[in-house]
Amino acid sequence: MSGHLIAVLLMAVVTYIPRMLPMVLVKSKIKSNFIKSFLYYVPYAVLGAMIFPGILYSTGSIASAVVGLTVAVVLAFFNKKLLTVALGAILSVYLWETL
Amino acid sequence: MLMTNRKDRRLEFNKGFKKGLPIALGYVPVAFTFGLLAVQGGLSPWLAIFMSMSNLTSAGQFAGVNLIIVQADLIEMALTTFVINIRYLLMSLSLSQKIRPNMPLALRSMMAFGITDETFTVASLEEGEISFPFMMGLICGPYFGWALGTALGAYTSSLLPPALQNSMGIALYAMFIAIVIPAARTSKAALVVAGTGIGINSFLSWTPILNNISPGWRITVATVLAASVGALFFPKDEEQCQGI
Repeated sequence: MSGHLIAVLLMAVVTYIPRMLPMVLVKSKIKSNFIKSFLYYVPYAVLGAMIFPGILYSTGSIASAVVGLTVAVVLAFFNKKLLTVALGAILSVYLWETL
Repeated sequence: MLMTNRKDRRLEFNKGFKKGLPIALGYVPVAFTFGLLAVQGGLSPWLAIFMSMSNLTSAGQFAGVNLIIVQADLIEMALTTFVINIRYLLMSLSLSQKIRPNMPLALRSMMAFGITDETFTVASLEEGEISFPFMMGLICGPYFGWALGTALGAYTSSLLPPALQNSMGIALYAMFIAIVIPAARTSKAALVVAGTGIGINSFLSWTPILNNISPGWRITVATVLAASVGALFFPKDEEQCQGI
């Protein structure tokens, strides 16, 4: 049991370090235009990389994941709220897997 | 932005809190699944909840619980967790440019704890600088949503039908889609950068030999390359970069 606790604490520290270091160490505004542009695009880059292909393996089967992906893309395209998109995707996957 | 008085700070906090609510609600089903898996794998419910409250990360926790279940050694756990979370280095660096330069160390290290894929993207798509109260407000809901979902899952055990459990796995991805599609509709650069990220990660995931690279590294490599493509082909000039 205490072994589990030590593992969890260790992971907490290792997760916190990459979040904290740049924020604490980089106190000035970066001058380089390339790096500024690079950092500006990080959210879009990371979102793209995280969505695909990971989403394909996030449900019971690739088929249901594709259904959920399609529903999410359509809902998002029409600017639906974050939660609507999430619930719509969950529901469509669930229906596909059960019906 | 200087927070001169308590009212300003409260307004900023509330603004962040509102933006965090949908993330919080999206976290509940995913954390629920985590709580369920963790307890089924032999963690005590309270330890699963404590893990969510101290780690606050989805992929890292799922991988971490697996490692605990298979009794991996501590070095392996630390390495795997670190590799999965390398992307936070980039997010934190990106956010460091969006806060006021003289923000005290204590505040910086506090708000850094709440950087997740979702809070980061929402914060970084804000116009201009972000303040400490805004970020804390933004983090607040997701933090407790993540903990609450874990608690519900940990104490529910396996009452949920597997089909429903399976379908919840898509929630985080759907949220990413909900954030990126509207941005990609209005900005060609965002579209190209996100598309490049998808392309590179798919390439790394599906090419023999390269697919031995762990998912954490794949995402980090794809992010660095895709953001570089953006910086090369769509450089932001001084004015556009304000607040970045």
